[in-house]
Amino acid sequence: MAKKEYSFYPGCSSERKSSASNYMVSVESMCKTLDIKLNEIPDWNCCGASIGYAEGGELPRHAMNARNIALSEKHNPGQNIVATCAACWLGAKETHERLSASEQLLADTKEALKEAGLDMDYKGEVEIRHMVEVLIEDFGYEQLAKPVVKPLEGIKIAGYVGCQTNRPFGVAGESFENPKYLDKLTEIMGAEPVEKYDQKVTCCGGALAFSEPEKSQAQIKKIIESAYDFGAEMIVTPCPVCQMNVEVYQDQINKKYGTKFHIPVTYYSQLMAVAYGSSAKEAGLDGNVIRSARLEEIAAKPAKK
Amino acid sequence: MSELNKVMVEKYRNDFLKEVEANVEEGNWVKMCMQCGVCSGSCPFGPYWEHPPQEIFMMVRAGKREEVLTSESMWMCTSCYNCIVRCPRELPITHIMHGLANYAHRLGIAPKMNPTRRFAKLFWQNIIKGGRVNELKLSIGLYFMDGFSNGVKKGLEMLPVGLGLLKTGRLNPFGLLGGGKCKGASDIHKMLKKAQEIENRRKGFAS
Repeated sequence: MAKKEYSFYPGCSSERKSSASNYMVSVESMCKTLDIKLNEIPDWNCCGASIGYAEGGELPRHAMNARNIALSEKHNPGQNIVATCAACWLGAKETHERLSASEQLLADTKEALKEAGLDMDYKGEVEIRHMVEVLIEDFGYEQLAKPVVKPLEGIKIAGYVGCQTNRPFGVAGESFENPKYLDKLTEIMGAEPVEKYDQKVTCCGGALAFSEPEKSQAQIKKIIESAYDFGAEMIVTPCPVCQMNVEVYQDQINKKYGTKFHIPVTYYSQLMAVAYGSSAKEAGLDGNVIRSARLEEIAAKPAKK
Repeated sequence: MSELNKVMVEKYRNDFLKEVEANVEEGNWVKMCMQCGVCSGSCPFGPYWEHPPQEIFMMVRAGKREEVLTSESMWMCTSCYNCIVRCPRELPITHIMHGLANYAHRLGIAPKMNPTRRFAKLFWQNIIKGGRVNELKLSIGLYFMDGFSNGVKKGLEMLPVGLGLLKTGRLNPFGLLGGGKCKGASDIHKMLKKAQEIENRRKGFAS
């Protein structure tokens, strides 16, 4: 398999001792197997996330994302930018689109960047991509299945795609209402996707899980309940906010609604790392608040030849 | 009424649509709405909006300036983008709602106690300080937004969640001392100051 190289935008939640640090651990293991080289954008900053608009406004928000794009142009010239976080991907891609569409905005952004000592070239040639796009488009399911040494046999998994990996941009060839890629990834790792899972693109409340916890937890309850209804023993997601929201509030939801939720919520990259033969630690399984005994068992077993 | 709000009322008189088109992000799309209501039916927090998006669009056209800008409605947006992908006329509804919320906030007439408005402000201040999110400071800041005793109560409620994240290495116990800092933090401050200056000039916010 040819070595592939990308300019990498990891994002705040992926930092050490941050809410998605275990996502990062599993991505590193997965990329090692697939021979993907991620060149981190030096000194990248926050994208502004979905809630930055209120205080940040328009141009400051785009300037934040443009700084990352400019740093990438400077240090990783010609390389496409890859993000693992849905919000980072969305923020950077949105700015990229707006800058390409408006000369005025581009000129204003360049003027602001000059203050940060950055001369933005901005040819608009590089693409801003999500890691799952890289997997599906640059590798393809067949290639991704090849390194599987420990198929995740017998695990029923609900693929929770959520919002921002799916809308407004989404993955090419997939529908907004019923994207299939997560199920396909689950299947080629040897597990059994719950194809009828009907809350796969339901919003978990996003950042409003902090500011409107009751409304958001009502959403999260639906997302988990449906997974149980269809017999899933695990939920998998590509988004750090979805992962955290669906995982860490289960006890509070149980208290409020009298439910007995206790379902692991993992990342696609954790499934892939385990299937590719990583240890539980290398797959970041010790970072899950609700541990997955099934995945840990498989990770501890010797690989099938 | 804030000075800026007075200036805008004076400038646009009864033409709220024109005001929105000129000052609100993607505001020039508002008149394209054909009132089908798909956005309102698709919103995960739909039932909590006093005026759902389709109604907001009509109210903008009807000149209901105060009702729109002081509404809690736009602050219910979770940024799920369902409305955008389903709108038959492809209006960037999410961005327009963000734009209206931001504009009301800038004018100082957005609902003071709305939790999402307050959290959003806290969030932006958190990220621009060092350039990256400091998750511990952000959560603690949120809990203590309503004073010390409420903060302690909220903190205790959230303690099991925090401990879960701490035990799994997903929260920095020393986050109050530092973290979330870019080397170019001071460059970022300068850049944002400039960006704000330009935006104020373009939107007529500059005094």
